[in-house]
Formats: sequence, C-alpha cells, structure tokens
Amino acid sequence: MAAAQGNLGRVPGDEVPPPPERIRAKPLRHPGRTAWAAVIVFSLFLFIYGAATNAAYDWDTYFQYLFDQRFWQAAGITLLLTVLSMVLGVTLGVILAVMRLTPNRIMQSVSWGYVWIFRGTPVYVQLVFWGLFSTIYPRLDFGIPFVEQFFTIETAAFAENVFWLAVIGLSLNEAAYMAEIVRGGIQSVDEGQSEAATALGMSRALALRLVILPQAMRAIIPPTGNEVISMLKTTSLVTAVPYTFDLYARARDLSVETFNPVPMLLIASTWYLLFTSILMVGQHYLERHFARGASRIMSDRQLQALADAEDDNLLKDAK
Amino acid sequence: MTPMVDAQNVYKSFGALDVLRGVTLSVQPGEVMCLIGPSGSGKSTFLRCINHLEQINAGRLYVDGELVGYVERGNVLHEMSLRKAARQRRDIGMVFQRFNLFPHVTALGNITMAVIHVKKTPKKQATARAAELLDMVGLSHKAHAYPAQMSGGQLQRVAIARALAMDPKLMLFDEPTSALDPELVGEVLEVMKKLADDGMTMIVVTHEMGFAREVADSLVFMDNGVVVEAGDPRTVLTAPQHKRTQEFLAKVV
Repeated sequence: MAAAQGNLGRVPGDEVPPPPERIRAKPLRHPGRTAWAAVIVFSLFLFIYGAATNAAYDWDTYFQYLFDQRFWQAAGITLLLTVLSMVLGVTLGVILAVMRLTPNRIMQSVSWGYVWIFRGTPVYVQLVFWGLFSTIYPRLDFGIPFVEQFFTIETAAFAENVFWLAVIGLSLNEAAYMAEIVRGGIQSVDEGQSEAATALGMSRALALRLVILPQAMRAIIPPTGNEVISMLKTTSLVTAVPYTFDLYARARDLSVETFNPVPMLLIASTWYLLFTSILMVGQHYLERHFARGASRIMSDRQLQALADAEDDNLLKDAK
Repeated sequence: MTPMVDAQNVYKSFGALDVLRGVTLSVQPGEVMCLIGPSGSGKSTFLRCINHLEQINAGRLYVDGELVGYVERGNVLHEMSLRKAARQRRDIGMVFQRFNLFPHVTALGNITMAVIHVKKTPKKQATARAAELLDMVGLSHKAHAYPAQMSGGQLQRVAIARALAMDPKLMLFDEPTSALDPELVGEVLEVMKKLADDGMTMIVVTHEMGFAREVADSLVFMDNGVVVEAGDPRTVLTAPQHKRTQEFLAKVV
C-alpha cells in the first residue's frame, strides 16, 4: 500500500496524503484514420443508394412477396430440415467421437472410416446417392445372411418420402464433422479430470456424462454454432435428392413463375439471414451457460455470501 | 488383524521401463505412512497401483484383504470387471498433486457429485454431509465458489473433503502440497493432521519432512522402484542406515 503511493517511509496508520491533480492532456489526433473512415462510409452510402434506386432489384416486388405464404412455408421447411438434420447429426457425431476414443481398435477404425468417407466426398454427391437409394438397393432383406430371410422391405415405398431421404443425407454428412468437433472437445479436457472421476468410483460412462462432456462443451459449442448456420444454408442443396419444397427451390420456382429472379433471391436471402441471426443469439446464451466456473469474477450472490462470512468473523472477533 | 494395504513383491513396468521392482510393505488400519524418495523412484506409481489407476504386472497387492484389480479363481488370475474395479475404488480416497477439482461445478458440487451418482445417497443428505466436511476443512464460506475462484490451498482442502465424502477406509495423498505456494502448505497439512488424529489410514507421498516426523507412524524411503529403508520416522530421518537414504536426506533437509 505504502509503496504504491510512493511514500516508502510512511508508517501504517498515518493519514493518507491527498492524490495529486488529475492529468488532463490534449488527445492525440489521428487524421489518417478519420480520412479512411470518411471514404468507407461514403462508399457504403453510394452502394446503398445504388441498390435502392437500381430497377433490377425491383423492391416493389420484393415487398409484395416477402411475407407471401409460399415463402414462409418454404422457410419453415428449411428450418425443419436444419433442426432435424442437426439433432440426428449431433447425436451420431457424439457416438462416433466416443467410439473413436474407446480402447477398442475395431470401434476406432469404424469411426475413422466413417469420417473418412462422409467428410471426404461432397454432400451434393451424397444427396444424389440417397435419391438413388431404391435403385441401388431395391429390397432390404432381414434374416440370417445366406441362409433364410424372415422379412423383406421394398425400398421403393420408402424412397417416395424424399423429405426424409434429404434429412438422412444431410445428417449423415453432418455427423462426420460433428464427430471431429466432439472428439477435439473431449480431448481438450485435462486428463486429471477423468482420473479424479475414476478415483471416485465413477464408471467411464458416468465420468463422460458428469465430468468430461460438460467441460468439453465449452470447446464444442462455438464450432457447432458454425455447423448449424452452415447446415441452414446447405439445405439449399437438397434439390439434388431431388427435394423441392425448401426455401431456395421455392425462390427458383417463383423466379420462373414471375420471370423476375432477383427480388425472389433477395427474399430467400432475407429469410436465411433472419434465421442465422436468431441462431447467433441462441449460441450466445448457450456459450454463457457452459462457461460456468470459467471466470474468476464472482457473481453478486457469491460476493454477498463472502461479505456475510466476513461479517460473521468480525462479530466473532468482537466477542 | 488384516492389514489395510499389503503389497507383496509388486512389479510395474511401462513398456520396457520397470518402475516398481519388487515393492513389499504393509500398512495397518489407522496407520499413517509417509513415502519419500527422489522423483522417478516409483512412489507415485505405487500409490496409483493401490487404487488400480495402474495395473500391476507381478506380485500381489491387497487392500483390506481383497486383491486389487484381479480376481483369483483356483490358481488363475482373471482381470477384474470394470464395474467391480470401480466398486473397489469407491472405498479408497485419492488426493492429487494438481487437485483435479471439477471446474464446472462449485465446491459443494465437487463434493456431492460422486456421493449422489455413485453411492446413490439422496441429494439432501449428501449436501448436509458436504456442508459438514466443508466446515471441517474451514471452507464453509466457499461452498458456492467455483474452483477458478479459490486459492491452491483452498482447492486442495476441497479435494480432501471430496475424497472424504465417499467415506473411504483408506486415503492416498500424491504429493498434496507440492503444487502450492509455501505460505499455503500449512493449511493443507493441518487438515491432514486432523484426519490422522481421527484415526484415518493414510499413505502420503510427500517432501514435507516436518509432517513426516510429526504425524507419520512409519516412513518409507523408495529409490529406483524398491523400498530401500523403512521404519519409525524419527529414526529414519535422524539416523538413516543406508547410504542412498543418507544422500537423499542430505539433499532435501
């Protein structure tokens, strides 16, 4: 304390001298920064002015169709595709990551091979393959291989449900990426954590659920947020299956119908951007939830508890 | 009386490296044993073998009369099932050099987690017991603090409370004060001394010769994977018989 105030000789208990006059310096000017800012702001203004007055954008049609039922229905389908594919993709991804980290060599290899194939080929090509599923496998036989079949499924009926083929295609591709994200997250947790859990008598599964995964989540959430946003946009590829009720397909249909593609594409972009913005907000709150314990800064409740404890000690000392 | 820990000619190697090369010693219930020795002497590995964090390669190791990590049928040893091994570890508390507290839960959560999910104790009961233990280690006011908000000495005291919450019959301490600032060592040793006075069976790997002299019932000096010298702490510390013990003590005291 004394040293910090520059009075080395001061004895504790002495009066504290008043601090010297506060510094009021002239701020440093940055003419370069100001000039660049002006150039950029002016360019931006020119672009916005150009967009507003450019007839090709056709803003009247844009506003006429923005909340058209055909658009918001397609937007809902895109959202549903995203949510279903992500839920299935994350679930399968966690399973693949855990398989990759077991001591079992066969499990490790299967997981590695899965990621190799599904991450190594374009999702568009995979979606085309799913569209051809019933051509490649007309019948699925269940029973004892080479000996006796108990029942058979004709895949043609199943393949008519193009929506689910799209979900399967997207989620199996996503699982490969999620597997790597989850594996990285689990490996980022200190080894001492699973050791401590083991020493307390926890099974591997319990340690994973209570100790490892909650900590891995901090490393898993930000890239997963990226994946969700990426998935929202990747749904525009389901036309490869071919599934044609999503947002982008609808924009193309209406472009053909109205002979006016630009405003339709702008509307689709607006919807994508709206969903992305909502997802960003959700990600923020998830990150905050899993950051528990990461900060040294105490919450109001903790500070209050600490102050109360100190008061108790003072009372004890007084007695 | 069955010894709490009975090691008979225990060997442990990692690949080509032999870390334990025939360790024989026993610890009686209520005994406090300090393990000392240069780094790399195998004392931490021995401790980790006792609760089966490492599997021994030869010899026999018993805790409370029960073989650790293996099941013996006839004259054949079978590897123990994971479930049974976890059941065995439940009764052995372990305190680590680097605390290894769970950073995503509070001090209270650290103490109650295994009690609730492993021992299946009702949450209310587990919390009440955890509050008692926090009081015992002098940290009642930190019940709702996260590990990142505590000092090293406080963390280690919570770690001790966490191990005690499982009601272990044996406590293992792996250099519990080596990662602490010198001024924080005392508060941890004080808690350990209290435990020893309460009759807990303890094995402590340590460099704190003062603690060994004052609290331990027996002192074991290990070097190169074997027990070089063992006996009453005061005798070993003041009049070591072996040359290697003399050299080691000359360096650390």
